[in-house]
Amino acid sequence: MTAIQKHGPWALVGALGAAALAIVATGRGETVNALWIVVAAVSVYLIAYRYYSLFIADRIMRLDPARPTPARRHNDGLDYVPTDRYVLFGHHFAAIAGAGPLVGPVLAAQMGYLPGLLWILAGVVLAGAVQDFMVLFVSMRRDGRSLGELIRAELGTIPGIVALFGTFLIMVIILAVLALIVVKALAESPWGTFTVMATIPIAILMGVYSRWIRPGRIGEVSILGFVLLMAAIVYGQTVADDPRLAALFTFTGTQLCWMLIGYGFVASILPVWLLLAPRDYLSTFLKIGTIVGLALGILVLAPHLQMPAVTKFVDGSGPVWSGSLFPFLFITIACGSVSGFHSLIASGTTPKLIDNETNARFIGYGGMLMESFVAVMALVAASVIDPGVYFTMNAPAAIVGTTPESASAAVTAMGFPITAATIQQTAADVGEHTVISRAGGAPTLAVGMAHIISNVVGGKAMMAFWYHFAILFEALFILTAVDAGTRAGRFMLQDLIGVAVPAFKDTASWGPSIVATALCVAAWGFFLHQGVTDPLGGVNTLWPLFGISNQMLAAIALTLCTVVIFKMKRERYALVTILPTLWLAACTLTAGWQKVFAEDPRVGFLAHADRYAAALAEGKVLAPARDAAQMSQIVLNDRIDAGLALLFVGVVVAVLGFGIRACLAAYRAERWTALEADPGAVPAGE
Amino acid sequence: MTQAESLRARWASLARCVCDGARLMVGQGNYDAYVAHVRRTHPGSEPMTPTAFFRERQNARYGIGGRGGFRCC
Repeated sequence: MTAIQKHGPWALVGALGAAALAIVATGRGETVNALWIVVAAVSVYLIAYRYYSLFIADRIMRLDPARPTPARRHNDGLDYVPTDRYVLFGHHFAAIAGAGPLVGPVLAAQMGYLPGLLWILAGVVLAGAVQDFMVLFVSMRRDGRSLGELIRAELGTIPGIVALFGTFLIMVIILAVLALIVVKALAESPWGTFTVMATIPIAILMGVYSRWIRPGRIGEVSILGFVLLMAAIVYGQTVADDPRLAALFTFTGTQLCWMLIGYGFVASILPVWLLLAPRDYLSTFLKIGTIVGLALGILVLAPHLQMPAVTKFVDGSGPVWSGSLFPFLFITIACGSVSGFHSLIASGTTPKLIDNETNARFIGYGGMLMESFVAVMALVAASVIDPGVYFTMNAPAAIVGTTPESASAAVTAMGFPITAATIQQTAADVGEHTVISRAGGAPTLAVGMAHIISNVVGGKAMMAFWYHFAILFEALFILTAVDAGTRAGRFMLQDLIGVAVPAFKDTASWGPSIVATALCVAAWGFFLHQGVTDPLGGVNTLWPLFGISNQMLAAIALTLCTVVIFKMKRERYALVTILPTLWLAACTLTAGWQKVFAEDPRVGFLAHADRYAAALAEGKVLAPARDAAQMSQIVLNDRIDAGLALLFVGVVVAVLGFGIRACLAAYRAERWTALEADPGAVPAGE
Repeated sequence: MTQAESLRARWASLARCVCDGARLMVGQGNYDAYVAHVRRTHPGSEPMTPTAFFRERQNARYGIGGRGGFRCC
């Protein structure tokens, strides 16, 4: 085949992508069609997959189709099973895609769609997909071991413990921030609260059905659950319209916060088949279905983007979250560009199921490109709604107040004109009392999705249904994550405490289980409560902490990959992982430092604490605190957050240090020093 | 094989792939493959029943030590 035949079509794809990006980036003054964003993104993905991932597979990994994978070597019909690559792709994608890629881009849209889009595309190609692919490869060559075990084996025991400790902290922050999203979406919303609460009896019914009536019939029970869910959404409108019923399901953020904490505790000690497993079916299938539906909706409707390409808030003065473009954009969008959490999935069940080494490229690199596409769609959904509505929904009450008039005045003053009538009409369209200051991303995404889908199916009359469908779909898999995450955190804690008190390791006995569960719930509940009562909306505090911790884990995983490349004596290609590692280290360290020490109290935790401490010393009370005790609580919260951010910085620095040491040792070694399972299967070194 | 037959066979294999994929998304592997594996490698022992297999996989995903149910952010 000649070079033109081989590369010609790809050159055309590249040219198309470049043209689409040019249209997206230079379309000032007139609105840009969202399809151009889709074309640009897909072209970038195709080129990156065809060339860059192949380069990594051939030069760095030297994937060998003849070499037996863990699934072939340890085939047990259960955990290790050679699996069709398309089936496994679905499994892997369902495990990595969650609320993150949907929420981050929505929050980042305050700077306009262009910065977010460019970071999503550049980040996934050069960092995110590389990380997923490399970790999958490293784990696959080592019998599918987990990230913690891999770090312990390749870097040493201490970095292994540091990384595990970091993982636990990330989990706490993720659970808190996810729960916060649910609270923000359901506060003062009887319709939303009713439908989400209805998922609990529905899931229990499904659990009973698949435990005793027809075990294993996942399709049947999921359809049953789905029908009941839709009925719950429809009936939710009746609940919202009936003042007596509505009162039963109307809660403030603080009430919902306590309910969620109680729920998390109970749900994670119930048997898994009763609530967790059946709801996982619903949330998984609904997630995949909604993602497909959103993609079709964007393709059919071809909406125009209302948000400007770049807003004035790139300077860091934005109302949704504070901080300048660098580093905060790069931690606000984590999932979709690069998500450290994926390194846990890529070293979990997936490497044990790969049937042929060469498929790791499709599953690892390709799966992440797919998640990135979800993030692009979320960015589109947030950008097709009126920017005035976007800022009304996402700015904290401290800025926009609580009435349509105050919000319209404040948002218009920001430069995004909107009338009080429009704000009220938007709330009425989606069947809510108010849309003002519904931070957290989920409600905004729901409005965007309702806008897109209702234009394709059902028209304006169905908009409220689609809005609550979107809220339910997000709340559903967030609650599943809260339940499963608390359970995983409990096992981790029992393991950790078990080092000192061996009796604690017994996961079957009630005492230690309840104590560990309570500790885990208390940890994320603390941050959730703090976020719910935060005057700046909570997202401003918790989302950066989440982003920093997630990117910190990515930096750790990429450090591991770099060490492995050095140990394989292929350091001439090590820039592939060194560059993203350095970039993530720069982002997390700068962001961590600024969150602690910045003088602007909206950015720096300590500056914020000082402001409240100074007021307290003068006997003054600053909103939202109502008395001196709450004032001291805010000061304490800020200092704990600052400590946590510093801890993240410390973890990054420590693992980087250990990584550099391991790389140098491997560089000086004369031969291959990587610890692959069955090393005889490959020629050592060059 | 006629064209219609081959089309039908293709359709059946696609449906099987989608079905397997959906089940694996929630942690349920292929039962037939498991049975075939046990029969091939441990001819003496009896494989688990479908219900036992279902419960075993459910516990492996969400239960003690199982981490597969923990979703990404």
